[in-house]
Amino acid sequence: MINENINVALIGNPNVGKTSVFNQLTGLNQQVGNYPGITVEKKIGFCKLPNNIKANILDLPGTYSLNASSIDENVVIELLLNKNDKLYPDVALVVTDVENLKRNLLLFTQIKDLEIPTILVINMADRMEQKGITLDIPYLEEHLKTKISLVSSRKGFGIAELKKQIITYKTISSEPCLNASVIDPEYFDSLRKAFPSQLLYKLWLVITQDVNFLNLERKEIQSSFTKSHSDLKRLQQKETIKRYQFINDVLKVGLKVDIAIAKDFRSKLDRVLTHKVWGYAIFFAILFIIFQSIFEWSKIPMDFIDSTFANLSSLASKNLPEGVFTSLLSEGIIPGIGGILIFIPQIAFLFLFISILEESGYMSRVVFLMDKIMRKFGLSGKSVVPLISGTACAIPAIMATRNIENWKERLITILVTPFTTCSARLPVYAIIIALVIPDNYVLGFLNLQGLTLMLLYLLGFGMAIFSAYVLNKIMKIKGKTFFVVEMPNYKLPMFKNVAINVIEKTKAFVFGAGKIILAISIILWFLASYGPGKNFNNADTIQRSKVENKGIEESEMSNKIASFKLENSYIGIMGKTIEPVISPLGYDWKIGIAIISSFAAREVFVGTLATIYSVGGSDNEDTIKNKMGAEINPITGKKVFNFASGISLLLFYAFALQCASTLAITKKETNSWKWPVGQLIFMSGFAYVVALIAFQLLK
Amino acid sequence: MRTTINSLKKGEKAIIKDFDIDIIPLKLLEMGCLPGNMVELLQIAPFGDPLYLDINGSHLAIRVETAAEIEVELVQIKL
Repeated sequence: MINENINVALIGNPNVGKTSVFNQLTGLNQQVGNYPGITVEKKIGFCKLPNNIKANILDLPGTYSLNASSIDENVVIELLLNKNDKLYPDVALVVTDVENLKRNLLLFTQIKDLEIPTILVINMADRMEQKGITLDIPYLEEHLKTKISLVSSRKGFGIAELKKQIITYKTISSEPCLNASVIDPEYFDSLRKAFPSQLLYKLWLVITQDVNFLNLERKEIQSSFTKSHSDLKRLQQKETIKRYQFINDVLKVGLKVDIAIAKDFRSKLDRVLTHKVWGYAIFFAILFIIFQSIFEWSKIPMDFIDSTFANLSSLASKNLPEGVFTSLLSEGIIPGIGGILIFIPQIAFLFLFISILEESGYMSRVVFLMDKIMRKFGLSGKSVVPLISGTACAIPAIMATRNIENWKERLITILVTPFTTCSARLPVYAIIIALVIPDNYVLGFLNLQGLTLMLLYLLGFGMAIFSAYVLNKIMKIKGKTFFVVEMPNYKLPMFKNVAINVIEKTKAFVFGAGKIILAISIILWFLASYGPGKNFNNADTIQRSKVENKGIEESEMSNKIASFKLENSYIGIMGKTIEPVISPLGYDWKIGIAIISSFAAREVFVGTLATIYSVGGSDNEDTIKNKMGAEINPITGKKVFNFASGISLLLFYAFALQCASTLAITKKETNSWKWPVGQLIFMSGFAYVVALIAFQLLK
Repeated sequence: MRTTINSLKKGEKAIIKDFDIDIIPLKLLEMGCLPGNMVELLQIAPFGDPLYLDINGSHLAIRVETAAEIEVELVQIKL
């Protein structure tokens, strides 16, 4: 038998369980990337079908229709219009939710007009009985000109049958199920005559959408067939009405709902979760639990990772032959990798909570609850989602602003989201809090360190909201505001979906940021281990001659030599150069090095200090935290990480835009350098001033 | 007086009559907000805005300013 490879595209409205179907078909066998040139997530999975057929399954972004209103939705149209794309589907699966069949079928009728063999996947079929829904499958298949697969991605049934159905794709109808051109026969007839070789619906999409269209002279079509914006929209409305008429007629026979059974638990839950008191109380309680647990629960694995790498590092330096390689390994690479892995627990917890909130349908209720309040600050209720997911990472958060319909609200959200405390700030906060805030409990159950962390999160949100308020007053952008948000059914989050999401996101973060951190650690090790001139090379003799007569112990002696060497290494010189700028903030040159190296990514801060202190000291067994805690400033005689300098550092990292990726994504999403540059100057300038004031007041 | 969606009371049902096509976004039409379809006001957010509706079986929320553009006819519910 021959091996055959086919392309399958998964298409569907948001909230129909499309990703669950994708996960059921592919398991962990998936790749997440980006579409070239744009930051829309591209998910491809692989799946073995019966008869030795292999399928590449493409999970397209969720869309309500083929009339695109965001770049995510544009991706769907561009793929479906381009037969030459190597992912152009041999068969399309339109995933629908049995409870929202009427609305979901709108997209289905549009896909059918593209004349691609299409299977209608009706998901959540396990809820039919409970909701009193019955379907006449043969009737629906006949009138929708398709094959229907009833599945439940939650219970896992119907997936095997779906796979069998996919391999019969050559026999599945590719005919449209209705003729939408009757809405304006004259116009569509002349369009058909002008471009006889093209699909009529494709031509219509090209006229109404802003898509790249390869084989066809877009301009040519538009010049002769263009209509005013308002006329086009009127025609689109007619088209939508026509499609719904068809769908209503088909469903009148094919779908029966026993209304007595419906009406449910959903409205009861809505009443509580969107209540004017309980709604907010529950929302803030959830936030509180998230932040307390991130700090409390991830402490144990983080301490474990920290001490494991400290041990590993000392093991390497003791047991391997002395030399450059051993020193690179034990002082550069191992602490570098440790600095990456220590993130995993907190990031995983954050993504866990965020995906549970999104999967359950609760996030839409928060949008509903917060819209009026957020609008006072020039934001939208939908800004809540970016602001919350900004606690994981600003990059996906800024991408999540795409569903904000109003440009001004969206722009403000993009600009202020980097103030929220992202996971890259966590390790910086964690280590500094551990050093300068006592591990005490107030009122018997509130951990002081956890409380400080929560205050930092609130500070981030507060600053985001405050800047939004200011920007809203300054910016003069007029635009129609409109706001449509779907309120999906409540669902128990599926373990498999949440787990895959957490694993994928954590993996992407660790490998993406990890490469940079590891590279920087190695460069740092080099810069810290070598230096120019006599001072560095003769450190040993210079230091010994200084203390010749004082009868100093050998271990203390070698410490002195090592730190003298570090001071005169390349990196030491760099740190010393910027010391005058940062010493008013309470930082020494070592912290200066860490600030320089973490300019492109905050999390490098901890890794840098780890490397610097590993190179600087003779004792490798100790953890980074203890080394930092013991560090004394030779000029003041005080600890380097004391309360004043610690608070100053926390505030600096809370506000400064130390993240090259954020600048890049802001540039991409706003299509201009003006916004990211403004963002950088404002945030980092503000951070400097606040840290300065804090240190001067507290010292 | 013109009845619009925002003048409905919680739990009231109405039939969509008419709206200005240039103001109402296409996305809302695609969600089922079309003349002749049924709309029910399910919840009102704290502070009176946005409104949580059931339009033609779709559950969605829109702002009062949009709702005020959609003219409806109240359906009398027999008790």
